[in-house]
Amino acid sequence: MADTGRRLWKGAGLSSRDRPKPLALTFNGERLMGCRGDTLASALIANGIDVVGHSFKYGRPRGIVGYGAEEPNAIVQVGEAALRTPNLPATQVELEDGMVATSATRGPGAAMAALAGTFGRLLPAGFHYKTFMRPQRLWGFWEKRLREAAGLGDVPDGADPDIYDRRHGHCDVLVVGGGPAGLAAALSASRAGARVMLVDENAELGGMLRSSSIAIGGESGGDWTRCAAAELADNPDVELLTRATAFGLYDHNFVGIVERDAGRLPPSETPGGRAREGAPRPPPDGGSDWRGPRQRMHHVRARQVVLACGAIERPIVFAGNDVPGVMMASAVSAYVARHAVAPGERLLLFANNDPAYDTALAWHRIGREVTVVDARSAADGSRPDRARAAGIDVRAGCVVREVHGRRRVRGVGVAPIGGGKVERLDCDLVASSGGWNPVVHLSAQTGARPQWSESARAFLPGPPAGGVHHAGAINGHESTSECMRDGFRTGAQAARLAGFDGSGDEPEAPATDEPSSAPSEALFLVPHPRPGRESKQFVDMQLDVTVADVELAAREGYRSVEHAKRYTALGFGTDQGKLGNVNGVAILANALGQGIGETGTTMFRPPYTPVTFGAMAGRDVGRFFDPVRQTPMHGWHGAHGAVWEDVGRWKRPRYYARIDGEGMDEAVRRECLAARGGVAMLDASTLGKIDVQGPDAAVFLDRVYTNGFRRLAVGRCRYGLMLREDGTIFDDGVTVRVAENRYLMHTTTGNAEAVLAWLELWRQTEWPELRVHLTSVTDHWATAAVVGPKSRAVLGSICTDIDLSPEAFRFMDFRAGHVAGVPAQVYRISFSGELSFEVNVSAQHGLRVWEALMEAGADFSITPYGTETMHVLRAEMGFIIVGQDTDGSMTPDDMGLANLVRSGKRFGFLGDRSLSLPEHQRPDRLQLVGLEPLNPSAVLPEGVQLVTEPHPKPPARMHGHVTSSYLSATLGRSFALAMVKGGRERIGETLYGPQVDGRVIPARVVPSVFHKPAMEVEDAAAPSAEPARVEPLPAPTTSAMLNLRGDGTEEFRNAASAILGLALPDEPCTSARNSGVAIHWLAPDEWLIVAPCGDEAEVERRLRAATSGSNFAVTDVTGAYVLLHLIGPHARNALASATPCDLHPRNFPPGRCVQTTLAKTQAVIAATAEGAFEIIVRRSYAHYAQAWLIDALNNIGGNPDALQRLS
Amino acid sequence: MLLIRCPHCDEERSEEEFTCAGEGGIRRPENPGELSDEEWADYLHFRTNPKGRHRENWCHSAGCRRHFDVVRDTVTYVIHSTARIGDG
Repeated sequence: MADTGRRLWKGAGLSSRDRPKPLALTFNGERLMGCRGDTLASALIANGIDVVGHSFKYGRPRGIVGYGAEEPNAIVQVGEAALRTPNLPATQVELEDGMVATSATRGPGAAMAALAGTFGRLLPAGFHYKTFMRPQRLWGFWEKRLREAAGLGDVPDGADPDIYDRRHGHCDVLVVGGGPAGLAAALSASRAGARVMLVDENAELGGMLRSSSIAIGGESGGDWTRCAAAELADNPDVELLTRATAFGLYDHNFVGIVERDAGRLPPSETPGGRAREGAPRPPPDGGSDWRGPRQRMHHVRARQVVLACGAIERPIVFAGNDVPGVMMASAVSAYVARHAVAPGERLLLFANNDPAYDTALAWHRIGREVTVVDARSAADGSRPDRARAAGIDVRAGCVVREVHGRRRVRGVGVAPIGGGKVERLDCDLVASSGGWNPVVHLSAQTGARPQWSESARAFLPGPPAGGVHHAGAINGHESTSECMRDGFRTGAQAARLAGFDGSGDEPEAPATDEPSSAPSEALFLVPHPRPGRESKQFVDMQLDVTVADVELAAREGYRSVEHAKRYTALGFGTDQGKLGNVNGVAILANALGQGIGETGTTMFRPPYTPVTFGAMAGRDVGRFFDPVRQTPMHGWHGAHGAVWEDVGRWKRPRYYARIDGEGMDEAVRRECLAARGGVAMLDASTLGKIDVQGPDAAVFLDRVYTNGFRRLAVGRCRYGLMLREDGTIFDDGVTVRVAENRYLMHTTTGNAEAVLAWLELWRQTEWPELRVHLTSVTDHWATAAVVGPKSRAVLGSICTDIDLSPEAFRFMDFRAGHVAGVPAQVYRISFSGELSFEVNVSAQHGLRVWEALMEAGADFSITPYGTETMHVLRAEMGFIIVGQDTDGSMTPDDMGLANLVRSGKRFGFLGDRSLSLPEHQRPDRLQLVGLEPLNPSAVLPEGVQLVTEPHPKPPARMHGHVTSSYLSATLGRSFALAMVKGGRERIGETLYGPQVDGRVIPARVVPSVFHKPAMEVEDAAAPSAEPARVEPLPAPTTSAMLNLRGDGTEEFRNAASAILGLALPDEPCTSARNSGVAIHWLAPDEWLIVAPCGDEAEVERRLRAATSGSNFAVTDVTGAYVLLHLIGPHARNALASATPCDLHPRNFPPGRCVQTTLAKTQAVIAATAEGAFEIIVRRSYAHYAQAWLIDALNNIGGNPDALQRLS
Repeated sequence: MLLIRCPHCDEERSEEEFTCAGEGGIRRPENPGELSDEEWADYLHFRTNPKGRHRENWCHSAGCRRHFDVVRDTVTYVIHSTARIGDG
């Protein structure tokens, strides 16, 4: 007995006990029931929902047409509130219990409805350009109405609470498409030994095999697919990704894949029944509301890519082809076979080819009525014969000229193809099939332009990019057997090119019982004698583009397919015209009187289907959006009222709100007075620091600084200015001569990495002969600047082995000793003008020394201060900040620093030549000056332009701008630094700073130095008589790390090996290791030594002694890095979310190491054993890297304890 | 996203580990002081910007931090070769 209604349980042989679990859903407010295994589309069809939306331009009711990514009409938004996802084709939404979905286009807005009613016939192609652009002032009004009418869905009303994950994938052969060709390609490539990834956008593999009745090797298509999937799933070197769309094929076989519902499915529902590697599982403590990532973005790098994307059935265009109930023939078959859903009762199949008859035969098998209208003059293939034999009415040489019905098909008008009497046939479902369009999108994304094939009557992929192959229906093959043969052959070829020959025997494609096909005949459009409102012929349903629109574009002169596309909007919808484009090209070609090949197709760009921003952002949102670098004292600052300022990626205290309700002005005033009158302390750890070592270090510095460093005495510091080659100021800072061949360079905080990169560029590419090495030690040194008249007393109480007296420790001196029991380097430099000591200790001791200094200074009310106070203090001295007072166009002379330029240097430092260019000699260049507002409490806003009259007549001539401006507690007034044209000659002049609100602040031009503290005049009180008790250094808890450079001479290597007890690894990207020491290869002349803590100073001393005089460098970087261990079954997958490097044991066995990116920072990653990794990250990023990896572990169901911090 | 073989690490790595330092093989003039302003400006500002094969300087900035020469096609993005500076 046949089923009635839409579900076909009996036809599918399912008793009520075997039926899938029912699921509830709500669509447009209506409560419905579907079942497990449904898509939203199949559930809507099963519930008899004919109308799923209304069209964009004409507001016509629309129903489901397709089965997959090509669906133009059933565009829905799923979920509510913040979880709402717009623009999903219902055909690709898997039903979940309780799902709430609405149509994206529920009907035209009132304005458009009125418009469509009044002007319905007047909305031709390009109507919005023609109608709404004049008068221009009304465009804003129309644009808003058009957007409402366009039905683009509603924006979610909150931040998306879901997790989106990312994973870097690697394989030898990536197969896109899990249909017959793709499965065959994956089988043959994996049998050859290649690492294979197979991606399919559907929930299940098999593609067309799942709705076809063809037997393969004696099995049903479904059984063959299950066997193939099981073989692939059992192979540990094969990764199967279903519900995953390869949306973009980028350069060098980089493939973007987005996996839907990545974390929500039990293992039993993954292909082959095996839990997918990296698939998240709920945490062991069973968080019941834990849902895992909603989507996962896979960034896959494949050696070879096999595109087995298949083909999308092409509709035939006829009048009324958009009435709900007109569908694709293959979609009708798929709903019947895969979901036991019949989209109607009486089917009319309209086709021009044999394979489409399978739909009629399947319909007949479920016991429902079907008529075939075949446009070919003779329908004499084996399938039509079978249909006739089954008693199906086959009308050859006829076409469907029009559809009757509005909200549902009620019948069609059928006429002989050459014209004649139109006969009305009753039906409620029309299935059309005009042939197949290969899915050439990914192929075309590489730049391979699709080419029209007359024999295949389709656009076939153009010549593939290197490493890309096409297999199956994408090549125009229609039969399943041909597709499988092509797949097996191509998979083996791809594996061979990736270096896997296998046994040499290509697996043979199994035999099928597929009937042969008679040729099809081209048919794109059935003309209608009286085109009109009811008989529109739609080419692109999503954007309501009709045949008349395309023909109009041709008449109006749009001859290029790209122009016609833009004029008509053909293919611009979210479906990107997957159904309509080729018909549009054919109709345009016909209108232009030329061939389809000559007309060509438009190009395809990523993504193949829409990708949500959430998937693109991945986990790099919220706390992971931009890593925060932390100094060792970060936690202390936070606990003491720090209000943060972002400087580069660092968070620096801007000021400390120590008292309740204290605002910035009060805090800065308090901090400034402490620095000028007592003692204050700044965390200066963020300054960039570069260790410059080697016999030619001095020569190198002379070339990159405007001033000389060769004659700087050991133990002395000097301020240096660095220019770009165009003569503008790049960076500045103090450089210390630590030893004869060793300097420590300081850079500005924000420029640290740029300066190192710039110096390396010159060192490596222009001056490789210089024996000098550069090592970043920014993270190694924690720096506390102790500032103020009492600073000597404070430091003296916890530093007993350095003579701090003014005679022994002069301004710009450097001394090494101990502070709070910790080895320290102390500089007497000052950015405030006050007596000041900068205390540098290895970062792992930074907090301890900072706290000791705070404790030692308690009697002097030592005051921590932030960057705002630092800015005020330095501005009072007229010290510039590069990047604040300079803007990339300033020369040293502009900033009053000409005295730092030694143009007589023999070599000519970088930028020297440019200083003499005429542009840099102009007398009216902007020059640094001070400004004193006439009203001492008025603070000029930074950035304000300066003019010579209070209210100049526009256009006013600008005379400069304010770069720094503050209220000074010390001066008792406001003051500013400014860049003023010819400023140094204008001292005493009054300039005006007009503000946005119309007020004007007049200010007098003054020299840029406002304050001159008597630096050596300090408080007469002797340092505290009793030095504070110094705690012994705590037991080491860290591994020591040394950075070693050397030119690789035998002598150097032998010496290093003898001292380390381990040979330096020669092979790139490897580590050497014994029980105590690990040596990681970082570069051909650079190694990172990880040794037990406590030995580093001695090892460094011995290395230095053994290699002295040669081209080498050794730098203690113990403080600069943190060592993490990541161990266990999830370790590799957690790292795969963070690094683009392939850590698969085949490429990354124990003993290998890489330096690479780790999320948004960098790391050295070393494999110590199977599934065990050492990760060495910069200290300031350690907390970020830790949190990121723990989050990664959580997202794949791993245990966060797998990550340990060892230092 | 390019795949670039670092000649120092001798491995193919993803573009995100690298930075491009512009046209390769540009030498700083030996004696800048002897150049006319025009000659100096030519060195400072003018680059060949070819359509097709282009010699570039890249740095493996997230890896070994070493610079190297790349010959890359600016149309197809095919990388024809990478070499240590001086070896190419």
